[in-house]
Amino acid sequence: MFGERVSLLFADIGNLLSKYGKVYLSGIWNTLLLAVVATLIGCLIGFVCGILQTIPCSKNDGILKRFFLGLISVIVRIYVELFRGTPMILQAVFIYYGVPYFSGGQIQFTNIWTVAIIVVSINTGAYMAESVRGGILSIDPGQTEAAKAIGMNHFQTMTSVILPQALRNIMPQIGNNFIINVKDTSVMFIIGFTEFFAAHKMAAGATFKYFPSATVEMVGYLCMTLLASFLLRRVEKMMDGSDSYELVNGDQLVMTAGTYNHPLKGSPFDEHSIEYTPENAAEGKR
Amino acid sequence: MSDAVLEVRHLSKSFGAHAVLKDIDFSVNQGDVISIIGGSGGGKSTLLRCINLLETPTGGEILFHGENVARKGANAAAYRSKVGMVFQSFNLFNNMTVLENCTVGQIKVLKRGKKEAREMAIEYLNRVGMGPYINAKPRQISGGQKQRVAIARALAMQPEILLFDEPTSALDPEMVGEVLEVMRGIAEGGMTMLVVTHEMNFAREVSGRVVFMADGVICEQGDPEQIFTAPTQARTREFLSRYL
Repeated sequence: MFGERVSLLFADIGNLLSKYGKVYLSGIWNTLLLAVVATLIGCLIGFVCGILQTIPCSKNDGILKRFFLGLISVIVRIYVELFRGTPMILQAVFIYYGVPYFSGGQIQFTNIWTVAIIVVSINTGAYMAESVRGGILSIDPGQTEAAKAIGMNHFQTMTSVILPQALRNIMPQIGNNFIINVKDTSVMFIIGFTEFFAAHKMAAGATFKYFPSATVEMVGYLCMTLLASFLLRRVEKMMDGSDSYELVNGDQLVMTAGTYNHPLKGSPFDEHSIEYTPENAAEGKR
Repeated sequence: MSDAVLEVRHLSKSFGAHAVLKDIDFSVNQGDVISIIGGSGGGKSTLLRCINLLETPTGGEILFHGENVARKGANAAAYRSKVGMVFQSFNLFNNMTVLENCTVGQIKVLKRGKKEAREMAIEYLNRVGMGPYINAKPRQISGGQKQRVAIARALAMQPEILLFDEPTSALDPEMVGEVLEVMRGIAEGGMTMLVVTHEMNFAREVSGRVVFMADGVICEQGDPEQIFTAPTQARTREFLSRYL
């Protein structure tokens, strides 16, 4: 009985794929493209917000600077709370219909991609803003001090020292957001965006094979997210770099040419200079 | 006193109501090696951090070649690039290799070319015995090695003064020697140094002047032999008796 059902399911899926395979595939393509682009833009928004919120501000700074920093922080807070606190499906409707409504039809979205990318990006940005802020705060203050101590300004400190480390620390969060985006872009069908879930609506609507089509969707989404997880792990590994390093053995004489030790004495911690004794130096050994 | 590189005048610093530094006056001449000793909470580290403007002084002046760098609107970054700092906890940039740690400041701040910065970095890394480790990341080397890289990083900026904030306090005992040895070499090379330390032997043997601080004031300063053998102040005697 169960075996029959399973083989029926496979037959149905086979039929669906032969008829609507292209629809599903273009759905997958659209979903991935939207998720990738929106996650990237969202990260950018998140980084800008996170950086703006962590600009140091002391009592000695001018009133104007303090005012602007305060204003920025209020704006960012409102943005985060607004877009984190409302469903993305509604945000899509709001922007898609709201912009033409308020402009009296002056501005229309001719390309559905524009709306989809805007909505998913600002949504991701709202979540990333907090992640980035946390990532920046998680870096040891000593790193900032060391950067300042060699004369770097705030911008240089951020771009050379803090952000690369913060980025590494929030990579898991970025991965999270990407996987959420792969799945949650499905709500964009509400404004007529033809991603993977819209393909299901189309195929199932025409054939009434709801369950077989849903099975295709489940497997499809799972494959996409598993692939994403795998790739993200690889990226993290890459960012960590090699676990080992190669010693560079240059000219042994250079090792002892420093001012820190007497060339004839060498120093107790340096295995290279121990070899440099007057006896073996005279013999021309290393 | 006209040849003073650095002059601290009436410097004070308080955190809230707590005064950590009270009216500090002292000056550093070219080539001076000065050790600052004293008990915990005496204000040694705060003094050093104020000199590097990592803490904003509450009052007083810090004159670098006669120019007050502690005033509002002074270019702190430009001043800091001429004053090196070595931290207790090393603070190597974790996202960079040993070599990059020593080149990033030269490239970004001093605007040196990559090749020149690399050569300079390797020269100083060799000087501290870390030349072979240029490809290592900070997490892959020991504490003593990290501190030696940190010293090379500061030296590569070719600073006029080098500040050391308890450079050996976070090290395992067997690694203290290698760092002190490097510092001794730098001192003998003529670098102007200001060293906050608990290593009394280093203070006695290497430095030309010892400053004893307690409760936010300079209690006593002078020749190392005099401070260690015939301190004039009761507090200095009391402090040193715990080390001897």
